[in-house]
Amino acid sequence: MIERIPTAKALVEIREKVSVTHPSMRKSVTVCGGTGCQAAGCKEVADKVREELKAQGLASEFKLVVTGCHGFCEQGPIVVVRPSNVFYPKVKIRNVKKIIERTVAAGEIIDELLYKEPVSGDRIAHEQDIPFYARQHRLVFAHNGYIDPTDITDYLSIGGYAAIEKALFKMKPDEIIEEVTRSGLRGRGGGGFLTGRKWRSCLDALGERKFVICNADEGDPGAFMDRSLLEGNPHAVIEGMLIGARAVGSKEGIVYVRHEYPLAVERLIDALDEARHAGLLGDDILGSDFSFDIRISRGGGAFVCGESTALMASLEGRSGEPRAKYVHTVEHGLFDFPTTLNNVETWANVPEIIENGADKFASVGTEQSKGTKIFSLVGKINNTGLVEVPMGISVRDIVYEIGGGIPKGKKFKAVQTGGPSGGCIPQSMLDLQVDFQKLTEVGSMMGSGGMIVMDEDTCMVDVARYFIHFLKEESCGKCVPCREGLKTALDTLDRITQGKGEMKDIEILEELGEWMSTSSLCALGGSAANPVLSTILHFRDEYEAHIVERRCPGGICVELITYSIDPELCDGCHACVKVCPKDVIAGDKKQTHTIDTTGCIKCGACLSACTRDAISRK
Amino acid sequence: MLERIFSRYPVDRTSLVMILQDVQTEFGYLPTDALKEVSARLQIPAAQVYSVATFYNVLSLVPRGRNLVRVCMGTACHVRQAPLILETVKRELDIEPGDTTVDGEFTFQSVGCVGACAIGPVVEVNDIHHGHMNVNKMKKLLDKLEQSAKDEGQS
Repeated sequence: MIERIPTAKALVEIREKVSVTHPSMRKSVTVCGGTGCQAAGCKEVADKVREELKAQGLASEFKLVVTGCHGFCEQGPIVVVRPSNVFYPKVKIRNVKKIIERTVAAGEIIDELLYKEPVSGDRIAHEQDIPFYARQHRLVFAHNGYIDPTDITDYLSIGGYAAIEKALFKMKPDEIIEEVTRSGLRGRGGGGFLTGRKWRSCLDALGERKFVICNADEGDPGAFMDRSLLEGNPHAVIEGMLIGARAVGSKEGIVYVRHEYPLAVERLIDALDEARHAGLLGDDILGSDFSFDIRISRGGGAFVCGESTALMASLEGRSGEPRAKYVHTVEHGLFDFPTTLNNVETWANVPEIIENGADKFASVGTEQSKGTKIFSLVGKINNTGLVEVPMGISVRDIVYEIGGGIPKGKKFKAVQTGGPSGGCIPQSMLDLQVDFQKLTEVGSMMGSGGMIVMDEDTCMVDVARYFIHFLKEESCGKCVPCREGLKTALDTLDRITQGKGEMKDIEILEELGEWMSTSSLCALGGSAANPVLSTILHFRDEYEAHIVERRCPGGICVELITYSIDPELCDGCHACVKVCPKDVIAGDKKQTHTIDTTGCIKCGACLSACTRDAISRK
Repeated sequence: MLERIFSRYPVDRTSLVMILQDVQTEFGYLPTDALKEVSARLQIPAAQVYSVATFYNVLSLVPRGRNLVRVCMGTACHVRQAPLILETVKRELDIEPGDTTVDGEFTFQSVGCVGACAIGPVVEVNDIHHGHMNVNKMKKLLDKLEQSAKDEGQS
């Protein structure tokens, strides 16, 4: 912890002292501590690195830094030796000693442990040369890979808290808002509302108290960038909130964070403590007349609480039910006081804008969508993880250049964006430029940035059913169109996926969608039909195959498929026979096996046991 | 009995959800007596406390099993065959999502998204993430948990 920093001058002095060596240039071994890497065993790897550095007498020269998420979750646990940036993916404990001996101590590169590019098969030594990283434009996520999120001095050494210093002493609230407005920053949580305009309304609103809220209730299934930002660089979010509070005239901040993100909560609590201890939160910050503090509220695991008015209801100790939008939260928000609410990624963009100016920020992106966006690139894709790209990049570049294409040579079918409120982008639109406008034009939306890639083995009717089921579970039930509309839509989709659909069901779904979007109370219901409407628009043939031919082209809908073994591919290894819970697979060892479909319960055990992809579902 | 929990937060309605979460962590569920105490202490009508307690997914009015198995049903997991994993747990434990086995050993939940999409399909067992799951790995994991429950019962 660092002692209270009394003035702006003292902050500059401290920063000069700690930033002699930029974290990216210091001698260190960074181990990714993100959730993906934790599941892959990074904690044990980090312990081993610590032990080996000590054993080999390198502990005083090389610092072990357990960082936040590097983004390349597929390759975890990730170890990067800095400053040379030699990158080792999928590190096993048994290889740690070798890495410390040869790369850290002797500066050698261990070829066989390097990242192997899936298409060319080439080994790549340095982090920045790996296509997954090389094509990204990291602004918000830039420091995640090398700073220690539990140490405020690391954040200070990359220029942290310089933006709030500028906002406090060199800018008036009005000028801060003007700068943010000029930057063109739009809300990264889903709506895409202009951040500057929101702040302006809140500044103009009258109220004894004003609140600044960070929405970290990241509920969109398939998105986890907010989690990674809070875990990897919590001070950037805190600094963004400080600037926002200064601009709108608030003294009270709240981070509403998902209960399901314990590490993010822990990192945030520590970071808030550190900031408070350093006098960067509390009374008379840096000797100015500005006082502001932040507290944490843990959400209760309700998707609808990502909606701003439901979130505020939850903060008031009530059920998370939204209210009508004609009363604006910037004027009548939490406890009826003016409230500015932005999402984690939006807040994390703010320090950059204030420090380096709106023009620099706006130089990246498209006419209507400025800056970068973090996407979680997941699903049927080779390089899964978090990618930060400039607005306007094509879907093709994200999927093929950064994502490395579809695994096992399967065909691309669609990308789903915008979570349960979004839609699908089919193959014919691969060259679509990704920004707020373009995504909305094709019936999808930006949302919080989930990008779920689907291949030929995905059923688009099942995907629509999946989202409707999700939303039906999460609907708060307050307004009729959402509550009843979702139930009817789910019943209809259930029938279709069970092979009991009729052609008129498609019309019913379309009509229902129209009705829900015009009459629901909040965005959850208003956009709930999007996944259905967009799949009908782009994949009507799949709906018709289910209804007319009683066939599921993606091989997913259980009632419509049968499992079979391809005799050409089966080598009679017996793996499937061993795992079948119903003993319906017959065949001697080294002889082609067959499935008795009458007793098969389609559980998929054989599918995951087969090493030769010999089992198919049609 | 809840003094320790109350002491962590401002004692007003803004803390209700978090206090209930902590009660849940302490007891594994929300006992009726605890709800009454929260209602009295925060001066919120019991009906409203009940309404909140039944609204949020993390809160439960019934005791949970010793092992909490949560199958992630996020989109990324869904397209990577999470439904087959869900069915496997259903079949192996012979209960529906949201239920607890009769012996009190397992509570089984399906959850919206645990935010570990890159390593999907994900199953969270007692707060530990298990990535890249498949039907057979799931069975083995459950077998292991059942075995250790038996061992503990014997010792």
